[in-house]
Amino acid sequence: MVHVQGPWSPLLGRLSMGAIPDNPIITGAFIFAAIFGVLALAYVTYARKWVYLWREWLTTVDHKKIGVMYILIGLVMLFRGFIDALMMRTQQLLGDGLHSAGYLGATHGYLVPYHFDQVYSAHGTIMILFAATPILVGIMNIIVPLQIGARDMAFPYLNALGLWLTTVGAALIMLSLFLGDFSHAGWIGLTPLTELAYSPGVGTDYWMWSIQIASVGTTLGAANLIATIIKMRAPGMTWSRLPIFTWTALSTNIIALTSFPVLAVALGLLGADRYFGTHFFTAGMGGNLMLYSNLFWIWGHPEVYFVILPAFGMMSEIIPTFSEKALFGYITMVAASFAIAGVSWAVWLHHFFTMGAGPDVNTFFSIATMMVGIPTGVKVFNWAFTIYRGRSRFDTPMMWALGALFMLLLGGLTGMMLAMPPINYSVHNSVFVVAHFHTMLMVVVYGILGAVSYWFPKVFGFKLNERLGKRFFWYFTAGTVLVFIPMYASGFMGMTRRLDYLSNPHLFPFEVAEELGIGLYLVSVYYFVAQLFVSVRDRNKYPVGADAWGTGRTLEWITPSPVPFYNFAVTPRTHARDELVWRREQGLEHVSVKHYEDILMPKNTAVPLIIGALTLALGFGLVWRIWWLTDLSFAAIIVTVILRSFVKDTDYTVGGKEVAGIEKGLQARMKGAQASGLPSGGVGGLRPQESNS
Amino acid sequence: MGRTAGVAAASETGLWAEHHHHDAMSTRTLGFWLYMLSDAMIFAGLFASYAVLSHHYNAAGGPTIRDIVHPFYAYAETLMILTSVLAYGWVMVALKAGNRNGVLIGLALAFALGAVFVGLEAHEFSGLLHQGIDAERSGYLSAFYALVMTHGIHMVFGLLWIATMFAQVASQGFTDKTVYRLLNLKMFWHFQAVIWVLVFTFVYMRGVL
Repeated sequence: MVHVQGPWSPLLGRLSMGAIPDNPIITGAFIFAAIFGVLALAYVTYARKWVYLWREWLTTVDHKKIGVMYILIGLVMLFRGFIDALMMRTQQLLGDGLHSAGYLGATHGYLVPYHFDQVYSAHGTIMILFAATPILVGIMNIIVPLQIGARDMAFPYLNALGLWLTTVGAALIMLSLFLGDFSHAGWIGLTPLTELAYSPGVGTDYWMWSIQIASVGTTLGAANLIATIIKMRAPGMTWSRLPIFTWTALSTNIIALTSFPVLAVALGLLGADRYFGTHFFTAGMGGNLMLYSNLFWIWGHPEVYFVILPAFGMMSEIIPTFSEKALFGYITMVAASFAIAGVSWAVWLHHFFTMGAGPDVNTFFSIATMMVGIPTGVKVFNWAFTIYRGRSRFDTPMMWALGALFMLLLGGLTGMMLAMPPINYSVHNSVFVVAHFHTMLMVVVYGILGAVSYWFPKVFGFKLNERLGKRFFWYFTAGTVLVFIPMYASGFMGMTRRLDYLSNPHLFPFEVAEELGIGLYLVSVYYFVAQLFVSVRDRNKYPVGADAWGTGRTLEWITPSPVPFYNFAVTPRTHARDELVWRREQGLEHVSVKHYEDILMPKNTAVPLIIGALTLALGFGLVWRIWWLTDLSFAAIIVTVILRSFVKDTDYTVGGKEVAGIEKGLQARMKGAQASGLPSGGVGGLRPQESNS
Repeated sequence: MGRTAGVAAASETGLWAEHHHHDAMSTRTLGFWLYMLSDAMIFAGLFASYAVLSHHYNAAGGPTIRDIVHPFYAYAETLMILTSVLAYGWVMVALKAGNRNGVLIGLALAFALGAVFVGLEAHEFSGLLHQGIDAERSGYLSAFYALVMTHGIHMVFGLLWIATMFAQVASQGFTDKTVYRLLNLKMFWHFQAVIWVLVFTFVYMRGVL
């Protein structure tokens, strides 16, 4: 165990009163968080919801509720990451030019460099690993079992464990805001900057352990989803009938399962350097700095496709539904998803062409990178041909899907530019790169927001407000254009990334435009919150039927909305790729179940929550080097796992009569809803080319 | 497909699949294979790091593999882990025959041999540490210890699992849960032997050649 700078005591480790940051911005954030926290706790107590919360949410193993909680965590972290972005944009606007004023102790702008560095490191870590990843995992969690006709995931208990481990990671990051500091070495954790010699504080440890713990959750979730898709499909759900979103979920989780362990190795070895004094990535004593970069990006690039492939799947579900036409090129779409997943393993070095590995290596990775454009191009054309001669309706989900398509085009083409080493050398580390990958991540965000409004009625039984949803879309899109288009330009003008002070006054107009753009984002956040609020308030006005959009195609639209906890009263048999379209065309859409039978469901359990709480203690102990806490919590985790394995009684049976009662109630609720669930475009009764058989 | 044909097809097979069940045993086996794939990737990352850090300058003037591997330990440890796997094979034969005592004896034997492996490795490392050959000496030694000790830690967890299964089979007998766990443990234990063969080949054997 290495010695660390500063005070250390056996009881509290490195923790002392000095760990509480003295900064008005952080104090403000703390007051904001405290007020919201107290209000939330007060509401739960006042409404007597503790038992409900415990029974229905905290101890649940239901894949839909777990998915909703994943998405909630992701949205909270998305907001946190957005505030970080707002702070960065404002700092670059204020800290522009030699004579720019300084506030709060900063020479220019209002953030001292060390604080600014933490803000962008937190922004990147949060947006990739604690916003995009949990929301995508959450949506896959909810939708995949429904699309394949399963009652739950293959391993419901493991699913809950994955959720709580992700929560622990997010909690550690939030904790770093108020206790200690966060990493200042970028979300990628550049070595040797992250080594103890250059980052002696707890910031890097917070960053490292929060990712490490959440990644274990993601890896477990990936194994779970793959097993679910392979083993839990309903009868008739052959591989060639698998909905395209499920296909992308499969390809993306194969990426996650194989790439996240490499991240665990990279961070584990870095942890060994920081805790045991080894020399994996140190600048001397036989360490190798670039080994870290390679290991990190061997995970990092597949991770990029891990987040984008589900977004492609979401677009592939939304576009046919609102074009009222089968997806064009189903087989090529599947092949393209797996081609992208495969190539994702052979492109990592393009993140550091400037390492200087030589022309041969750079050429290989350059060509491999360009090859990604082929399957992606196939997808773009497939979507375009799906819309072509379809009956397009522009409901909110469709708007997001089309927005994603345009973002993909812009991001993809700038990606092709960056794939060429000569261009890459000149724009390396510039904000041109930042603009490129943000455009690509916007594909993910657009896909997510489209998917949320598309599947929201399935999960909750009512639609989100369309008018506010469209405003949200347009303000968001205007913000995106205004922030990132100027960024491409200033990148070409030579502006490097991660600057807390801009010496070139010519960049000022771009910074003004970007600040305006982030202001539009702020307006869009208002409309998003307003949309949620108004929709929940008026939830009885817009109830939906089983097929919420009237032109749904896949299995999830057969079961009632909101989906009952057992998903399907009786497992549906699949006859076609777009089963609901097939049933509709055969006039079998409203044929309901005759005999209800007993259903075996997994029991709720508090064990995943307990393991999560112990892991939080473990992570906290590791960050602050409180060894008694780490030893105790680690031993407690092992004992809990072993004790749980002795529990024999983990399932229960829902009686057929009870199922019949629930189904009757849901049908009655949906009766009044049919009218609002009908398609608003095209001519009723005439749907040419809808089927793909 | 016309309307009538579809209705006919649906009435033959039905729109709903009553009494549909999934084979939990095979799902769990697949799940464990998937876990092992992720574990294999951890070892792949460690082997790659070991290869990268094997250059002479990574030793930073300190000991290289020639100075640290001892043929006795490599031989004895290999013998222990392979016989432990063999003993676990006996567990599987006994399980097939429904022989509870056979399973328990096999588990105890596999545990004992695995424990000797861990003991030998601990003895080997404590000898190295006494000579001042520790992970803090150089990048090369860091990679050596990380790779071999990750395998060792897997062995310790495997021992813990074997002990748990011993208690479970002794107290609960052969239930669905204990049987699939025995099957998964078989894969886990064999997997550790496979990794050891790779460690033996790429670290110990290549080191002395």
